[in-house]
Parts: sequence; C-alpha cells; structure tokens
Amino acid sequence: MHAAASALALPVSAAGLDGNDPAALRKALARAQLRRKWRAFSLTLPLLVFLVFTLLVPIAALLMRAVENPEVASALPATIPVLKKWDRSAAPPPAAYAALVGDLARLPDISDAGALARRLNAEVPGARSMVMGAYRGLPFEGDAEAIKQRLLDADPRWGEAPFWRAIAKNGARWTPDYLLASVDLRRDALGDVERMPEEQRAFGAILLRTFYISAVVTAICLLLGYPLAWWLATLPPRPANVLMILVLVPFWTSILVRVAAWIVLLQSEGLVNRGLMGLGVIHEPLALLFNRTGVVIAMVHILLPFMILPLYSVMKSVPGTYVRAAVSLGSSPLAAFFRVYVPQTYPGIGAGVLLVFILAIGYYVTPALLGGADDQMLSYYIARYTNVVVNWGMACALGALLLAATLLLYSVYRRFGKAELSLG
Amino acid sequence: MKTKSLIACAALSACIALPSFAEQPLTVVNFGGANANAQKKAFYEPYQKAGNQIIAVEYNGEQAKVKAMVETRKITWDVVEVESPDAARGCDEGLFEKLDYSKVANKADLLPAAVTDCAVGIFVWSTVMAYNGDKLKTAPTSWADFFDTKKIPGKRGMRKGARYNLEFALLADGVKPADVYKVLATKEGADRAFKKLGELKPSIQWWEAGAQAPQFLVAGDVVLTTVYNGRIDAANREGRNLKIYWPGGIYDLDYWAIPRGTPNKDAALKFIAFTLKPEQQAAYAQNIAYGPANSKALAKLDKKVLDDLPTSPTNAKEALQFSVAFWADQGESLEKRFASWATQ
Repeated sequence: MHAAASALALPVSAAGLDGNDPAALRKALARAQLRRKWRAFSLTLPLLVFLVFTLLVPIAALLMRAVENPEVASALPATIPVLKKWDRSAAPPPAAYAALVGDLARLPDISDAGALARRLNAEVPGARSMVMGAYRGLPFEGDAEAIKQRLLDADPRWGEAPFWRAIAKNGARWTPDYLLASVDLRRDALGDVERMPEEQRAFGAILLRTFYISAVVTAICLLLGYPLAWWLATLPPRPANVLMILVLVPFWTSILVRVAAWIVLLQSEGLVNRGLMGLGVIHEPLALLFNRTGVVIAMVHILLPFMILPLYSVMKSVPGTYVRAAVSLGSSPLAAFFRVYVPQTYPGIGAGVLLVFILAIGYYVTPALLGGADDQMLSYYIARYTNVVVNWGMACALGALLLAATLLLYSVYRRFGKAELSLG
Repeated sequence: MKTKSLIACAALSACIALPSFAEQPLTVVNFGGANANAQKKAFYEPYQKAGNQIIAVEYNGEQAKVKAMVETRKITWDVVEVESPDAARGCDEGLFEKLDYSKVANKADLLPAAVTDCAVGIFVWSTVMAYNGDKLKTAPTSWADFFDTKKIPGKRGMRKGARYNLEFALLADGVKPADVYKVLATKEGADRAFKKLGELKPSIQWWEAGAQAPQFLVAGDVVLTTVYNGRIDAANREGRNLKIYWPGGIYDLDYWAIPRGTPNKDAALKFIAFTLKPEQQAAYAQNIAYGPANSKALAKLDKKVLDDLPTSPTNAKEALQFSVAFWADQGESLEKRFASWATQ
C-alpha cells in the first residue's frame, strides 16, 4: 500500500515540473484511481452480497432470536398490566385470573396458546399443562372470584406465585433470559440477576469442556501434523505427491463414514483391541469408544489435514539454506531446527492451529456418535434445543455464546499473534 | 336442468381430480431402522399394490422440521410418525390436523391411549432391560441388579438423556411402578433418581441411536442395556440370542400425525385408516415385536408372536406406562438437569 502510494506520487510531481496545471492533473488522476477502485470493488461485489445474505443476515437473525420474547406479551396483553401492581410474593388478585382467562379466550388460534404454554413451561415446568388445561376449559362463566376458584379447582398450582412471576417477568417483548441462561444465570422474582440453582447449571461447564477438547485436539494435531508436513516438504515432488494424496483421501471422505470406521476399529472386539491383546500388550480390552478418548481420536483424524495443509504450504516456501548456514556456523542440527527453521514456520503453525481450533469448537456429529453423556460439546446442545426441545430462543442464545467465544479468541489471537497471520 | 349440470360438473371435476389425486404421491415419515422395514412390509407395500404412491422418508423425531414447515406453510410431509410427548405438544401448538375418527378407525377397537385429538396410535413399544443370553451367566432378576455392578460386573448401556433412565433409577431404588411418576414429580424424587443414576455413572456406556444398544450387547461392550424391545427382536431374527427382562419396562405408543395444512389431508387419512386395519396391524406385529394399537389384530396373531409383544399379559404385568403429561411438562427442565449432572 505504502509502496503504491509513493509510486503514484511520482508522476504527479513530474507533471508539476512540466509546467502543466498540477491541480487538474491531480484531479484527473484521482478520478482514474477512483474508477479503478470501483472496478475492483465491483468484482468483489458478488461475494459481498453472498456473504451478507448467507452469513451476516442469518447471524443477525440468530442474535435477534436470542433476545426476542414475543409469546407472553402478544398472548396476554390484558394480564400483564394487572400483574404490574402485584407484589410478586403470594398469589395475585382475582382480577389477574379473570384477565388471563379473557386473554386466552381472545387468542385467534390454538397455536398461540401452545406457544404461550411452551414459553412459560421453559420457565416453570408444569406451566404447559396449566395453560392448555385452562385454554381447553374455555369459556369460563362468572366473576373474577368464580374464575379463580375454578382454575384452582382444576389445578392447585394456579395459586402458586412462580407461575405468575414467569408471566410478569416476560411481559416485555425482549428478554435477556436466554442469554443469561446460556451462562448459567437467571433473573429472580424481582428481576435481579442471580446464579442458576446448582442442578440447572450446565452451560458454563459445557463451554469449558468444548474449549478443552478443542485445545487437546489442536495440540495433538500439531504434534502429529508438524513432522509429517516437514517430511512432505523435504521430499522430492513425486513421493511427496503420493503421500499428499494419502493425506487428502480421508479429507474427501464423508465424516459419517470415517466415524463409522472408527467404531469398527476401536470397539472392544475391534481391530485395535484385538491387535494389542494378540501382542500381549494388554489383557483386557481398552475402553476406546463412547468416551473422551474415542472423540479425541476421531476428531484428530478428521481435522489433521487442516493442520498439515497450511503447515506444508508455508514449509515449502522456507529455503533450506538458512538451516545449513546455521549448522555450518557451528549450531547443532537440533538447535538449528528449533531456532532457525521452526520460527520461519510460525505463520503456518498459527494458521493451522487457528483453523483446527475454530473448526473443532463447532464439532457436533463426532462427539454425538462417539462420546458419552459428558463428552458432548456446545453444538450438541444447540442442535438439541433446535430440533428436539424446539426452544429456538435458547438455541440461538447458545449459538451467540459460541460465536462470541470464537470472536473473542480470534481477537486475542490477532492481538498477540504475528500481524501477518490472518484468516480474516 | 340445474341438478343435471351440477352432476355433470361434479363428474367432470372428479375425472380431472381423480387422476391427479392418484399421481400425487403421499410422503410418509418414519423413524427408520427395523421399525421402518416392518412398516414397509406391513403398510407401504400393500398400500402401493392397491395403486397408491408412497414416498417413505426417515427422520430422527426432530419436530423442528414439522414446525418450520407449518410456520412457512410449505408442507411436504403428509403423514409423520411421532413419539407421544411430541404428539401432545404438537397438538397443543397447532402443528397437527385434528383427526376425524370416522375416517380413521373405530375408536372402540383401538387401545385407549391410541386415541388422541391430533394423533392416532400405530403400535405399542417398550423400553426394556436386555442382555446377551450367550454371554451372561447370571440373568438379572430386578432393576436393582442393573444398578448393582458387584452382582453382575460389567458396563451398562443406557440412552443418552434423562427420559426412561430416571424411571429405571427409581425402580432400582425400590419405588413401585405405580408410584414412579408421583415420586419423580417432587424435587426429592428427582434428587433421588439422579443420585441413584450417579452411582452407576462410571459403568454407563451411552447410546444415541436405538440400533446401537443391541450392537453393544453383541459386541460385548456392555453386559446389560436398556433398549427398545423391537431392536432386540430384530437382532434375534438375525440369529442372535438376546434376552429381555420385561418387568419394569416402560411402554409407550408411536403415533401418526398429519402436519397442519398439508394439501393431501384426505389421502393421508386414507393411508392412516389403511394401516390401522386389523390385517395390516397384525402383519406389522409379525414383522417386528411391537404390539398392535388395534386390539382386533390380536386374534390374527399366533402365540409365538404374541409372547414377544410388550402388550402380552405376562410381559405387561409389571410394566410401567410412559407418562406423556409428565414428560411434556418436566422434560425440558429434567433434560437440562441431566446435562448438568453429566458434567459433575
């Protein structure tokens, strides 16, 4: 950039020496520059449009969903103002019961009642059957007292405060609840933030586990990938190409196929265990599957090419002369390797580590199939909340958490890593 | 004159409508595996022979797809097999069409649990304890044995999640089948179930898909496992000697539901009615050991088939009926607690 600017400055000053109008020339030049810039920009336009629609818009929608909370506000417009005056300790006044029943009666479709029931049930287990029971029991006759009594007769939980608190708390169209829950926090009865009760605290530990597994996988990938990439880079082209194909063939195979292959290999009567027992190394089959070991082995296998390829491309461009010079100047080969060669491959290490780590923290299929209940990573729970529980607010909040963690990590990397190693 | 033209009009539209009706294939979604094979033989193939077109699709129970289809009004699934909590929830949330039983089946012939507003039961299946008869010398005699690794050493297979496992933990802890859901609904009961499950935690090998559990047994990875009884039946048909311990099994139904707004609603109802006929129901039970939802089918089955069904009197004697209402209410919170428990 700097070099380009000084090159451009030259003809301008040269033109000024010729005695022509320097201002007009400068203007013409600036116009030409601008045109060129626009042309370059228009070439990247399709990509930018593509990115906006496939990346930025979905991410924005995801972040919106994580704080959106329309169910209670739109279903119970008359109940919420009544509950504003309530002190949130004991059961609310009968007017609240009457307002709730009136709101339920005005709902245009059963799906609105269902959405309300689902939302409240996520806060207070049991609210689903209460709301649907009341909805199915419509219409209610009589004054507020009679309505309250009828609801209480149907289900005594109508007299308990937590259910009504959940309504009062979710009166607004936006909520921090999903995001708070994704970091094991919640709002108490009066809206102050507190920690979740112990048996509902999970996502903090799951996020740590996600990072831990990813870090272990990345470290093993680096340990295995570095020597291999170095070997590939030093081989003559023909054997290097053959070996490269061996690296790439698994890369092109479906993840599910590779996972299934690992199940065959690692199961207790599988090839690995039988081989080790046949050699007399072990007497009992090792537990290699459906635990952390199996997850790490399969993830390393799947992610290894993402480590080898950037390392290889950087190592190819490192001239062998520096190491030879170091050795000829009296350095031991090992010291020359670590102090002269390895620093020159830092860009490859950085790119490989970042790539593998960021891919690893999003892993979901491999841990789901090869891991136990305590080996699941955050994406497993995102998929669970999306597909099985169908609590999309929670799924989006967890997605936002993963995104934030990734961005934070990347910014730390940018801050402390070398400036030229960048994927963004 | 007017009636004549009306009849002509109706005949004409029928002529136009009928062929296009027959050409429109019906998309039926099932859970795959051994169950899908049995459905193919008992339902799809005979129905296709009668001149109807069916596209069978497999899924894993993700209601998110149904929800997305109904919300965007682009419904490409006509009949969907759903588990009981999803049938109840989907009905509450307006994902499924209300069923007109006059077009489906005679309510009196069906099991009481099979009849719901939006979904009709297809078959009864059960989550049971199973072991490999060739490998295990001492057969388990109670659910307490499942949790007792001293009496029967070795790993245990369990479904990854809270559902069923909490019930089994309470059974092992001495709770009577009839009281399980009453106890589990209290905070102390849930604590008790998780504590009991925690004792077994180091010995549990978790399965995700139903087909994994019999594989674990055959491969010798586990000595005992919880499993869907039809999977054991399917493995035994392939020459295995897997055995089921029936008492304390949790039985439930799978249901047919019609996503709300499908253009093929009539054809969907016709297909559902076909699968609920006693002949089809009997054929299904002969292909996989799941009990028919239409009790008239029982008369068409011989003793050998009946003995393997979860609905047979001896097998059902000490069984536990899955509580849809409990899990629809408590499921999200208990599954979250399970995730939390797993990290400890």
